[in-house]
Amino acid sequence: MLSIKNLHASVEGKEILKGINLEINPGEVHAIMGPNGSGKSTLSQVLAGNEAYEVTSGEVLFNGENLLDKETEERAREGIFLAFQYPVEIPGVSNLQFLRTAVNAKRKHLGEPEMNAAEFMKLAREVSKQVDLNPDFLKRGVNEGFSGGEKKRNEIMQALLLQPKLAILDETDSGLDIDALKVASDGVNALRSADRAILMVTHYQRLLNHIVPDHVHVLAGGRIIKSGGRELALELEEKGYGWLGIKDEDDAPVAG
Amino acid sequence: MANTDRQVNELIKREYEHGFVTDIEADTFEPGLNEDVIRRLSAIKNEPEFMLEWRLKAYRRWLEMDEPDWAHVDFPKVDYNAISYYSAPKKKEDMPQSLDEVDPELLKTYEKLGIPLHERAKLAGVAVDAVFDSVSVATTFKEPLEKAGVIFCPISEAVQKYPELVQKYLGSVVPVGDNYFAALNSAVFSDGSFVYIPKGVRCPLELSTYFRINAANTGQFERTLIVADDDSYVSYLEGCTAPMRDENQLHAAVVELVVLENAQIKYSTVQNWYPGDENGKGGIYNFVTKRAACIGNNSKVSWTQVETGSAITWKYPSCVLRGDNSVGEFYSVALTHNYQQADTGTKMIHLGKNTSSTIISKGISAGRSSNAYRGLVKFGPGAEAARNFTQCDSLLIGDRCAAHTFPYIESQNKTAIVEHEATTSKVSDEQMFLCRQRGIDAEQAVSMIVNGFCKEVFKELPMEFAVEAGKLLEVSLEGSVG
Repeated sequence: MLSIKNLHASVEGKEILKGINLEINPGEVHAIMGPNGSGKSTLSQVLAGNEAYEVTSGEVLFNGENLLDKETEERAREGIFLAFQYPVEIPGVSNLQFLRTAVNAKRKHLGEPEMNAAEFMKLAREVSKQVDLNPDFLKRGVNEGFSGGEKKRNEIMQALLLQPKLAILDETDSGLDIDALKVASDGVNALRSADRAILMVTHYQRLLNHIVPDHVHVLAGGRIIKSGGRELALELEEKGYGWLGIKDEDDAPVAG
Repeated sequence: MANTDRQVNELIKREYEHGFVTDIEADTFEPGLNEDVIRRLSAIKNEPEFMLEWRLKAYRRWLEMDEPDWAHVDFPKVDYNAISYYSAPKKKEDMPQSLDEVDPELLKTYEKLGIPLHERAKLAGVAVDAVFDSVSVATTFKEPLEKAGVIFCPISEAVQKYPELVQKYLGSVVPVGDNYFAALNSAVFSDGSFVYIPKGVRCPLELSTYFRINAANTGQFERTLIVADDDSYVSYLEGCTAPMRDENQLHAAVVELVVLENAQIKYSTVQNWYPGDENGKGGIYNFVTKRAACIGNNSKVSWTQVETGSAITWKYPSCVLRGDNSVGEFYSVALTHNYQQADTGTKMIHLGKNTSSTIISKGISAGRSSNAYRGLVKFGPGAEAARNFTQCDSLLIGDRCAAHTFPYIESQNKTAIVEHEATTSKVSDEQMFLCRQRGIDAEQAVSMIVNGFCKEVFKELPMEFAVEAGKLLEVSLEGSVG
């Protein structure tokens, strides 16, 4: 589904990704772990098409097509979803209006009929319950005055509504207490299906107790330096990034 | 800001959709202004002597005045002798007696603008007075209004039919010598709307005037006078468009509102005069004086304006809160784009006890435009326990536009309370990226963000116009992103 070959990317002239290679197949859940500053977030932003990042070389194929040639919104409509680490507020624009516009943009792109306000309201109410958000959130401004945990659950709700082919979760666990983490993870697990892939980016292993990955990759200095299965994450938790000879800028424990 | 900037730099490709010209025979004065022109104008309108005297008094005051230059706008000097002060579609006979007698070209013009005047297609629940260049061409829903005792007619007609009302109230809120443009308007105003709501009447329809400038080199100087007698209510909306022309055209209107005891006037404006092209060529100079006098106790006036057009906008819809417990409100969205300049705001003059006022101003600047809020809140010695709340928010799109806020507060009463809040924000790259990552294209994203920013003001507009205003913003912003 997603094939990344020798991807290099920089931001403000500074090279962050220095040759990423990664294959992701439908149905798989991949976790990318790494210390702060290793390039984890850059990888997710580049895949989603943030123009602040410049791809300097390499190739990314998504379902056989050149992903890097496509505009951000086109990538989104074709099934790439990014759950943001720090979701931004859009004051005055209701969540409901924002989400319906997004869902209809995708449906239009795929040649499906657009949903009217009543149909969408019904769907959105059901999905909001799935992530334990009061349907009143739909009426509020996008992320306006939401707590950190509410913002993250709101992101997962959007993924459930948009039903992406590839969901990229950028540090979805950060800032969540254990109960909120459980709810968010349940939402992500509900996304798992045979035709959908999930790419999780995280500093800490604790998220992987709730969402069990098929593959774990360690990113350091802009390269994947080690790949393995679930057990790799557990090993990292026990031994820390230092075990792989990586210096974690924050020296934060992997256990979190 | 790299992305948004690039998108913004590609701004400005859309054509103004109301820019067409109606091909119609017109009687137009030669350019130039002097006492003879005013006498001719007054004679054409068959005005009583008091009107001519009033006009001449205004003209003589105007001659002694200097064009003001304090606003935060910049434009070449206007040559007042290069403007024609009267243009009217040629009439086959006299005034059209019914819509069937109105020139079909004119009906088509208004239909194209989305203002159907014909009986079959009239806007539901809205009575419209259509002003084309210097004259009113049609007024709809005359009968139900007459039944309710409401007077809604061209002001030229009111001068004939209700001279005592006109003489009593015209100039009572904005005197002839009030300011340069008001004096000019008083001397040469050609038409506009007159509304009188009798005691105890709640006007059964929304009233609306639609102003259209068509002729070239013509100034439009309309005059609107609305009087709400004791315990009455009226909601009034004005809309404005003009053809695309390379020359700047002057629009210097005066609107006076008189609000008596327990009465309320809700005045909404959707202003979409031609703003000029993407290089700042052409467009309307919109120099307008709008003022409401809350004379009676417990009276209330609300100004709601959505300003997207004009090359230069210079207007401050104001409230003089004379009656005790009277209330003034000002809700404004002003959007500037390309090279547009706006200096707009309000004046709240608190004179009576317990008077209160609210100002919500939303300024949006895109392109290379400049957008200024200028507001005065004044408490006179008698304004016991008066209060004001002001909120001024500016939104910038791109990094070549400007937003300014000039608040003035004067208080001569220690018990008065005033609150002022102001914010400036940008449409951020992060907001744009969030929208686009969800599949929403850049243009739709900007329009959504801007609409969200204006929500507090749009909710004050009558329902059907709130939708129109939202669409208008969308159109005005089109091309503001790549």
